[in-house]
Amino acid sequence: MSNPSPTPERVVVRFAGDSGDGMQLAGSQFTRTTALAGNDLATLPDFPAEIRAPAGTRGGVSGFQIQFASKHIHTPGDEADALVAMNAAALVTNLTSIKKGGLVIVNSDKFGRIDLGKAELETNPLEDGSLSDFVAFQVPISSMTREAVEPFGLNRKHADRCKNFFALGIVYWLYGRSLETTEAWIQKKFQAPFLEANLAALRAGHAFAETAEMAEHQRIVGAADFETGEYRNITGNMGLALGLTAAATNSGRDVFYGTYPITPASDILHALARFKNYGVLTFQAEDEIAAVCAAIGASYAGAIGTTGTSGPGLALKAEAIGLAVMAELPLIVINVQRAGPSTGMPTKTEQADLLQTMFGRNGESPCAVISASRPNDTFEVAYEAARLAVKYMTPVVVLSDGYIANGAEPWSIPDVGSLPAIEFPPAPTDPEGFLPYQRDEATLARPWVVPGTPGFEHRIGGLEKEDLTGNVSYDPQNHEHMTIVREEKLKRLQSALPEVTPFGSDKGTLIVGWGSTYGAIRTVTERLLSEGHDVAHLHLRHIHPFAPNLGEVLGRYDKVLVPELNRGQLTMLLRHTFLVDAECVSKIQGQPFRTTELHERILSHMSSTEVR
Amino acid sequence: MTAPAYSKKDFMSDQLIRWCPGCGDYSILSQVQTVFSKLGIRKEKYVVVSGIGCSSRFPYYMDTYGFHTIHGRAPAFATGVKCTNPDLSVWVVTGDGDSLSIGGNHMAHVLRRNVDLNILLFNNRIYGLTKGQYSPTSEVGKVTKSTPMGSLDRPMNPVSFALGSGATCVMRSIDILAPHLRSTIEAAQEHKGATFVEIYQNCNIFNDGAFASFTDKAQRDDRLLFLEHGKPMVWGKTFRKGLQLQGLELVIVDCETAEDEAACLAHDQTSLALAHLLAGLDPDQGFPVPLGTLYKIDAPSYETQFKKQAEASVAKLGAGDLTALLHSGDTWTV
Repeated sequence: MSNPSPTPERVVVRFAGDSGDGMQLAGSQFTRTTALAGNDLATLPDFPAEIRAPAGTRGGVSGFQIQFASKHIHTPGDEADALVAMNAAALVTNLTSIKKGGLVIVNSDKFGRIDLGKAELETNPLEDGSLSDFVAFQVPISSMTREAVEPFGLNRKHADRCKNFFALGIVYWLYGRSLETTEAWIQKKFQAPFLEANLAALRAGHAFAETAEMAEHQRIVGAADFETGEYRNITGNMGLALGLTAAATNSGRDVFYGTYPITPASDILHALARFKNYGVLTFQAEDEIAAVCAAIGASYAGAIGTTGTSGPGLALKAEAIGLAVMAELPLIVINVQRAGPSTGMPTKTEQADLLQTMFGRNGESPCAVISASRPNDTFEVAYEAARLAVKYMTPVVVLSDGYIANGAEPWSIPDVGSLPAIEFPPAPTDPEGFLPYQRDEATLARPWVVPGTPGFEHRIGGLEKEDLTGNVSYDPQNHEHMTIVREEKLKRLQSALPEVTPFGSDKGTLIVGWGSTYGAIRTVTERLLSEGHDVAHLHLRHIHPFAPNLGEVLGRYDKVLVPELNRGQLTMLLRHTFLVDAECVSKIQGQPFRTTELHERILSHMSSTEVR
Repeated sequence: MTAPAYSKKDFMSDQLIRWCPGCGDYSILSQVQTVFSKLGIRKEKYVVVSGIGCSSRFPYYMDTYGFHTIHGRAPAFATGVKCTNPDLSVWVVTGDGDSLSIGGNHMAHVLRRNVDLNILLFNNRIYGLTKGQYSPTSEVGKVTKSTPMGSLDRPMNPVSFALGSGATCVMRSIDILAPHLRSTIEAAQEHKGATFVEIYQNCNIFNDGAFASFTDKAQRDDRLLFLEHGKPMVWGKTFRKGLQLQGLELVIVDCETAEDEAACLAHDQTSLALAHLLAGLDPDQGFPVPLGTLYKIDAPSYETQFKKQAEASVAKLGAGDLTALLHSGDTWTV
């Protein structure tokens, strides 16, 4: 279903090629230019788990998808309007993600006998009718690039490397983009002769598109209506890193990030490791356990201890998080979820760690749990995690996932002065009568007295604490009392949370989501509303504790649907907590919801059962 | 701020000590309290971090800052503490199970990183707190509740493990040798970097007499080799013996005269090869038990470099300006 309008509201473009073809680079250049043109956008890279799969094979295909629009959008899009495929493997692995009637631009130089063999193809898709549903342009991108860069004396290998710019030039022309931003970038990034060669390839691609018979496929997407301000593109992992960095500069305490590399969380470490001059200390530990333990040690010594991981790592950290619960120290645990169980599918997304996060520790061991829902709220979420961890002296788990971590969208850069203050529990001043577990009356936080403070020497640990003194206690009444106090502390946290307000209708069906399903749910809700349904969307940031008015909000609707990329984990929590008949809309394929599929499934839920 | 004149009492907490009567831990606690009062370090600067096990109750009995953590992980917690505040004097108290079994990984890594920690490993060759199972340092064939037919595992050698992990300072002492233990603990604090101190500690309930063959008063003087850097390695009261190097092995020679003693191999605490040979001496083959500093070299400590990188970053880039950071990269204005 191609969009016949020359000025559509939104377009989805997918770049696909071999890992070595520079598709991520082409995609990110296109993204920059698109952002500067004022479109709203969302992007998602799709790279293979293998670092360097054999060239030309299906396993080696690397992709990058961008949706850009003149209205506000929430996802990188479902099926693409246009595909650029740099070889046979890239074409066949991506063809199912292209709209019928969509535009397909293939590098026809990469469909020789050997190329087809590497792509496990018996017939040539350029000739066997595979492209009959699409508008296909066979462009000899490799040879035309070589021709274009010929004056600069590059060897064949280097000349071939310029072909992503040729392809990018074509795409720029198709969407009426200026070459300026990328030209400036090339001039900054490269030196002769590569500078001239890449520029030539880019311009040649652009000129080729102009002279080829592509004019009827050119599409111009107008600027979106953004609130004024300064913007940048942000990935979820970068947003978390910047949020933690803001916590360091605004609290005056170091943020200590102890971690062990794990997909898809490692980029948080890579970013933070460069922010040492902001009071961020990074420690690559020997394992997941040491990472969280070092972070807790850092908190004990007065830093904001933080660790980051993905699901398998969270399992390993469980015992230590329990210690932070018992010792009542601030701790931030970031879990960038991926498909599981066990090693699962590390580069694929899923939301199946919620119950592990809630309950995956021995004993009654409550943590605060908050969740990012899109790349551009990760900054706020990380900052809030730090604020809550310190104010209430509690571990806070931040849930993100692979889709948020690697996806990008425009982010309105916040005014640093408008960030809420990071408040500490009141510090005791008189060593006489000091009690390590004497709590602040409002928050129930215990004081954060760090080693090195004269006169306040005391011991903490994982054995049950006697109320007030913190001495080891096996007293039955005390254990029950302390268990309830640790629980009550999170209720105090809850009472300070903002109320939630659904988007859309105030009756009918409420779609409740959390995490990276935000974009798909919001898009579907907007569509259902425009189709005249009574439907609303509520996306939860605070999962434990829930927002104080959540139960009341749920009660307003006839039906509660919970789309999630698991088998019903938030659904279980909602049903348990509020005795509400929430229905799960589950998907567990390592892939986000497509808006078309979610629309269909929600409609089917809305019509399948009687309204209560 | 200089430290006031402390007494041992200043480091005794008000908590009831819950080790079994006669446990070697009492002596170690007492020596540590004494040494802490004399090191010239202010009380609030001491942090004692422990894992799980009988020995790991230690922080509760010290009137300092203390953190009783989880099984095997004390080195990781201590690393976080020290890297956050290098001014603190951080002590890790652990046992053979805590540090070599469940926590072996962390022990190896904290040693190779050379974090400036003083690690006291109470080796009693048994699991005490869980009531008497064999440990990773128990001898082969150990009959315990969990091994009624004798344990099958070959024991590990803590000192060899530490050396193999890249420790920069490795020491050994014994619970009942109070003066030697005190001087060893003092020396541990002096070393800048990770100091690994193995302390043979008698568990009189589950493994009584594990070290009796060389700690009993009657034999002690003929079984213990007190190492001194640069001095010939000789020992014995009823006889005098010394160590010499033959090929790649240490051998025992009789020393009848002062000349014989002088001809023995002098201890060189900077020689990793010698440290490995000393660590491998088998008391059952008639070799003495080397005590004191087996190995000590100077190497940059982790937390110092950790902080230096942060300082270098500030020196190069300036103290971070958050607004500038948020607005860096490709931005556009609407």
